[in-house]
Parts: sequence; C-alpha cells; structure tokens
Amino acid sequence: MSMRNVLIATAAAVLALGAAYAAETPNLGQPIAEADVAAWDIAALPSGVGLPVGSGNAVEGAKVYAAKCAACHGDEGKGGPIVRAPLFGGPPLTEGIDVRKTIGNFWGHATTLFDFTRRAMPFNQPRTLTADEIYATTAYLLYLNKIIGENDVIDAKTLPQVKMPNRDNFIIRFPDKI
Amino acid sequence: MSQGKRRSRGGIPSSADDVAGNGLLNRRALLGGGLAFASAASAATVTGAAAEPLKDAPWSLETGAVTPVLQTPSRFEKNVVRTLSNPNNEMRTSHARTPHHLLDGTVTPNSLHFTINHSGIPDIDPAQHKLVIHGMVKQPLVFTLDTLSRYPLVTRMAFLECGGNSGAMFSNEPVQATAQGLHGLVSNAEWTGVPLSILLDEAGVDRSAKWLIAEGADSLALHRSVPVKKAYEDALVAIYQNGERLMPGNGYPMRLLLPGYQGNMNVKFLRRIKVVNEPAMSYYEARTYSQILPGGKAYRFHFLQEVKSFITNPSFGQALKGPGYYGISGIAYSGNGRIAKVMVSADGGTSWAEAALQEPVLPKAFTRFRMPWRWDGQPVVLQSRASDDAGNTQPTRAEFVAVRGQTKKPVASANAFPNQHYNGPTSWGVASDGSIKHVYA
Repeated sequence: MSMRNVLIATAAAVLALGAAYAAETPNLGQPIAEADVAAWDIAALPSGVGLPVGSGNAVEGAKVYAAKCAACHGDEGKGGPIVRAPLFGGPPLTEGIDVRKTIGNFWGHATTLFDFTRRAMPFNQPRTLTADEIYATTAYLLYLNKIIGENDVIDAKTLPQVKMPNRDNFIIRFPDKI
Repeated sequence: MSQGKRRSRGGIPSSADDVAGNGLLNRRALLGGGLAFASAASAATVTGAAAEPLKDAPWSLETGAVTPVLQTPSRFEKNVVRTLSNPNNEMRTSHARTPHHLLDGTVTPNSLHFTINHSGIPDIDPAQHKLVIHGMVKQPLVFTLDTLSRYPLVTRMAFLECGGNSGAMFSNEPVQATAQGLHGLVSNAEWTGVPLSILLDEAGVDRSAKWLIAEGADSLALHRSVPVKKAYEDALVAIYQNGERLMPGNGYPMRLLLPGYQGNMNVKFLRRIKVVNEPAMSYYEARTYSQILPGGKAYRFHFLQEVKSFITNPSFGQALKGPGYYGISGIAYSGNGRIAKVMVSADGGTSWAEAALQEPVLPKAFTRFRMPWRWDGQPVVLQSRASDDAGNTQPTRAEFVAVRGQTKKPVASANAFPNQHYNGPTSWGVASDGSIKHVYA
C-alpha cells in the first residue's frame, strides 16, 4: 500500500471510529501505530506482559550492581551514602505498622522490581540499562533477599513465576471501586 | 456525641448562647446578626484604653510602587510560604507543604499548593509534550496541549491529598507541629481540563478492560494503575489550575485529576495512558502507597481520601491574646462527596456543637467551617469532626488507632511517614496563657 493510501485508510478508520464511539466529540487525536509507542511502553505487569527479551542471574547481577547501583545503595545492597536503607531483610510486618518495607518482607510481585529498575534506575541515569542488565540486577536483588538461588535464570518466563514471600498478605481496600 | 449539651466550669453558669462546653457559641451568630450575635458580642469583654486619634501614615502621603507583570504577596507576608523537606534537591523525594495555619477560605493559591516530586521537577516544553492513549483500544491516539485546549473543557473544584498526609498522626505521642507540618500535603484548587472519558471513547476503549496505566514524563516515568470505572466517573486531564496553566510542580503541562483519590494516582506530566486488563503493581502502588496494618497484613489500592477535617485557626504556632471572642475555623473535605456536617468541641470531645459551613459546599473539595467561641481563659481542647453526605464520619482517634494502629515509639518529625491515610481528628490544647499545643483527645 502506498503511503498516501495508508493515510487515506487511516483517516477512514478514524472517521468510522468517530461515528461509532464519539460522534459529537472533537476527535483531534493523531493516530499512531501501537508499534510506534514501543519506546514508552515500558510497564512490566505481574502476568509478564511488557517484559522484554533477555535474561540474567545473580552472579551477573552482582557485577552490574557494583558498577551501576552500589554508589547510592552501598556494597551488596547493604545501604549507602544516598540510600541508607538496605535492599534486603527488614523485620516481620507483624512487628509494627511502621516497619521498613523491603523486597523480601513486603513486595508482592517480582515484576515490580524489574519494572522500577527499568524505568527509574540508576536514579540519575534512568533507562540506560540493557534488558539483560535489568534481568541480572533483578535476579541479584531477589537472591540477596533469599528468594531465588544464585544461578537461577531470570527472564520473561521465569520472573512472573517467582513467588514473593508476602504475596498473599494484601487486602484490596476498595474492591467496589475497581 | 452530645450536641448542644451545656457545661459550666467552676460553678459559673454558662451563657444562654453557649451551645457546647467551654464557650462554643451558637453558629447563628455568624449568619447575620440577631439576638445571638448581639449577645455574643456584648459578652466579650472590652478592655484597655480608647484607640489613638487617627492620622495619615507615610504610605498614604506618597505615590506607590510600580505595578509588576506578575503579582507577589506583600513584603509583610514573607512567612507565608511552603516548608520544604529537600531544599537542596538531593536524590530523594521533595515535599512542599501548604501553610494552612496562615490561610483562610478554600482555594489554595497556586504558589502555595503542596507538591511532592520524587525526582525533581521536569522542565517540559509544552509544544513538544505528547499524551498517548493506547493498549486495549481500537486506535491509539496522540494528543498535544494545543489539541486538548480545543476540547470542550470542564471546570471544577477539587482537593488533592497525598496518601501520606498527616502521617505524623500515627505517632503514639503527639508531634508538636503546625497544621502545615501535620496536614500540609493537602490543597484545594479549581481545575480545568478535558474529561478523560471523551479521549478514551475517541480511542475506542475496550470496555472489558478494567484498568488504565497512567504514566508521567518525569525521569522516574512514575506510573499508577487507575480503574477504568473512575475514568468514566469524573476523571479529567487537567490543563489549568486556578485559571492559569498548571504549576510545574503540579504537573505542567497536563496531569491526571481523579477527584477524591490518593494524590499520587493523579499522575503529573501525564504522557501515557495504556488500557490494560490487570493492574501494573507499580512501585508506588504495590510498595510505597500500600499500608501495613496491625497484625501484618497490608492495604492495597487505598484509592479514597476519606472524610477529614482539622482546625486551622486557632492552631499550633499561634497564641491567643487573652480571654474573649475568637472565630474558630478549619477545613473539611471528603473523597466520597460533599461535607454534610462539621462538629466542633472545645472540651476534648465531651460536648459538641455544629459549625457553620461556608457556601458553596462542593463535592470532593474543601469546605470551610466556622464556629464562634468565647474563651474564658481556662485550658481547653479544640477539635473538629466532619461527616460527608455518603454517611461517613471521621473516626475518633481511639477508633482510628484501634483499626489502623500507631507507632510504638514517638515519631521524631512531622516529615516522617510511619503509615498513611490518617483521617482521625486533630486536637489543639490551649493553655491558660494562650499558647497552643498539639494533644491527643
């Protein structure tokens, strides 16, 4: 299909949509192909939707961590000059309503760890890690929290299957609002 | 709660206008005179010598200053500022709290609206900013500030409150701080924007989808899961704040506005909405804004900012200048709807009187309440409790703590967040010298 025909087809589709869904509204949105959203489409969901191709284990992750994370979080996740709280451990949640929340004692889904590392870390250089580096770092932090073994491979298939210790301890506060 | 119960102190009979203990007066005194007002006014003791004869001050005898393009408050109001948790922009979250104890009315000026930014404030060029709606839609669409500005816009008042606001109220001992320190992470503004439902319909959203992922253009690409249900209730893509474009710290050039919902869900610098069929379990919803409960379970998806009120005047940081008449006032709001009633107590919750509510009383917005009061100079404890039109009433602190718990050790600072979503009362203890402390009652 020529570019001109693509444009005509797209315009026709948008017109059809307008008629079907929003006959009276402005329809000023510019159509974009789902593939062209890819650079922003970085959310990794608990089911595994959004996880990229790649893999890593804790041994590899320890190297990435030392190079890219330790300056703030300290050696081996023990806490550092910028982020003093360790990245593992934490008391049982039964010890108080204000106990320190960690990956090991609180987080319900391992995909959250991948997702936040991917979108936000390193704090002053976000979205510079490769997929393999993110998988490896995720594996290393899960290993430090004694959730997986040192050589367990984390990838798009295995990550959603990691059973987080606190997964089943959440109460949805307002289920009727969902 | 015994409304209208009178109490006398030390055998002194209470006035005929007293409606609750320790000098709370009939709120009709605020509504345009009548016997109650005359009586209340006459009951106040006029003390001291007559005022000096009047004469012109220097500023009345000279031409004033140049008119600026952008107004700022008088130089005598320099103390009316936000307090900052991270003034040097270190690599952590920055909170700026609204000075409620220095303000009145219901609108928070844009310069004083609270902000929380987790990785600084992005410097966004509005001409290049884009909002994409994609995922489970028929046609992904991109919008710009220019195109959204052409839509039929909607204007409404709405409060915004951080889920962690009033976190220090979880301390087992009262933290001595102003209403700004304790409750400064809530503000109220008039927001103007495009109903999100229109944009979702234009993209052809799959109505079997239950969730949206809303994401910002900040360096963290902060994202939150929002029920599609809320999007079709009253969600806006807001592009104006109190009549002008959004403040940078409040999400310039566009943000999600979810009236009544936890502040962090109102994603700022909004650049992406993905329609999905499962929640993202983002860092901020699955970790930061999930609350540990006594016993070790935790709340997740605590969307609503529930009914709440606090007295701003008089409050900690102020001092009463001797016995006599004072106007008590404060702020009430509910993420469930309109404020229906605010009760005020001057005796720590023994007796209560109904406050006057300033019209208009709008849903999911600040309502200013007022209560006339004649202080007899003895120690009192002032407190307010609000109810909303959905039938919810603020719990007492004891009721709240019974469900949500408190810390085992005193919290060191009002900047701490031991837990979230406190909506119990706040009590101000006035000593006989007029000084005010934060107390639990």
